Amino acid sequence: MSHVPAIGAALDNGKSGEPYWKKVFDGFEKSKEWIRKLKPDVILLVYNDHAVAFSLDIIPTFALGCAAEFPVADEGWGPRPVPKVIGHPELAAHIAQSVILDEFDLTVVNKMEVDHGLTVPLSLMYGQPKEWPCPVIPLAVNVVVYPPPTGNRCYHLGRALRKAIRSYDKDLRVVVFGTGGMSHQLQGPRAGFINSKFDRSFLARMTRDPKALTRITHLELLREAGSEGIELVMWLIMRGALDEKVKEVHRFYHVPASNTAVGHLILENLK
Amino acid sequence: MKKANDYDDIPGTTVFDAQRSRQGYHLNMFCMSLMKPENRAAFKEGERVYLDRYPMTEAQKQAVLGREWNRMISLGGNIYYLAKLFFNDQKSFQHVAAIMTGSTQEEYAAMMLKGGRPPKGNRYLSDWKKRG
Repeated sequence: MSHVPAIGAALDNGKSGEPYWKKVFDGFEKSKEWIRKLKPDVILLVYNDHAVAFSLDIIPTFALGCAAEFPVADEGWGPRPVPKVIGHPELAAHIAQSVILDEFDLTVVNKMEVDHGLTVPLSLMYGQPKEWPCPVIPLAVNVVVYPPPTGNRCYHLGRALRKAIRSYDKDLRVVVFGTGGMSHQLQGPRAGFINSKFDRSFLARMTRDPKALTRITHLELLREAGSEGIELVMWLIMRGALDEKVKEVHRFYHVPASNTAVGHLILENLK
Repeated sequence: MKKANDYDDIPGTTVFDAQRSRQGYHLNMFCMSLMKPENRAAFKEGERVYLDRYPMTEAQKQAVLGREWNRMISLGGNIYYLAKLFFNDQKSFQHVAAIMTGSTQEEYAAMMLKGGRPPKGNRYLSDWKKRG
């Protein structure tokens, strides 16, 4: 699902009922109901940091948040008025150990602030609660400095995450969020680029043929989904964490939210 | 010299790769410094003096002072870093996107409402050359 900062601002400033924004929020009504009933024990939230927790000093490709809590960052206009994010250090440590031994050399982060990339998807799914209903394990992916990890690498990391979660000694209901996208370009004379045809095809293939999506090159993503649309690789981590065969519970697509196409998909394992 | 990359033929697009990250390191780190209130205050007090704390090139400093967004990008700026500068100016992504595309904010917002800039005619440098 998308993480456009303006969506967070619309909610925080009480504008979610305005016609422009209502079209976006309406697409998540069914999702809110779905997650309310599902009551996950933990959310593994795949997202990207936007030059907030990580600067050009250190650029980890995959960084797993293992802290007990993650403060909401001040991105320049004060922190978003949302609850702080509570982690799940025990499961996160287990995932880190499992995944690294599975040959994915991720970075362990024990102190980190989280930006709109993480909090906007939570707001879309839960609205404005006093506290987030469950712990969240952030998995930050570099998509700011080119090249991000390939879609194929992301998909396989998802497979490793699935194995890690399955091998945890407590039986927890874990929901994986893949965030970012869809097509958009925020910079230069081509800003405002949107490719609905590409996006719709991507959404359809997420369910039926994710392996085809892992073969999309970065060049194609940049050209067809825009320079910032390349964040779509993060969706493939989520997809890799699911079974090969999945059921599509909900699909939503809308243009525009500010500069961006909004895409949203809920998938469930069949059993 | 920057070597040619396969993504150099996407029109109106600058891919922020490792070389640009190096070229724009101080420019971007200056922008990031504006996330702290005390730095925002110091920058407001004297932009030029504040910029001189950073070993940026003169061209980068001039681009910042003139708020020339496309120029900053061509000198190694990255949009997520530049955002700290335009947020400090109380400007939105859409405001700056409109400037970078040479349109008014109204024209730009109208384009987005109509579905955005279409892929057709905007995929290759040659598409834009044909258009002149």
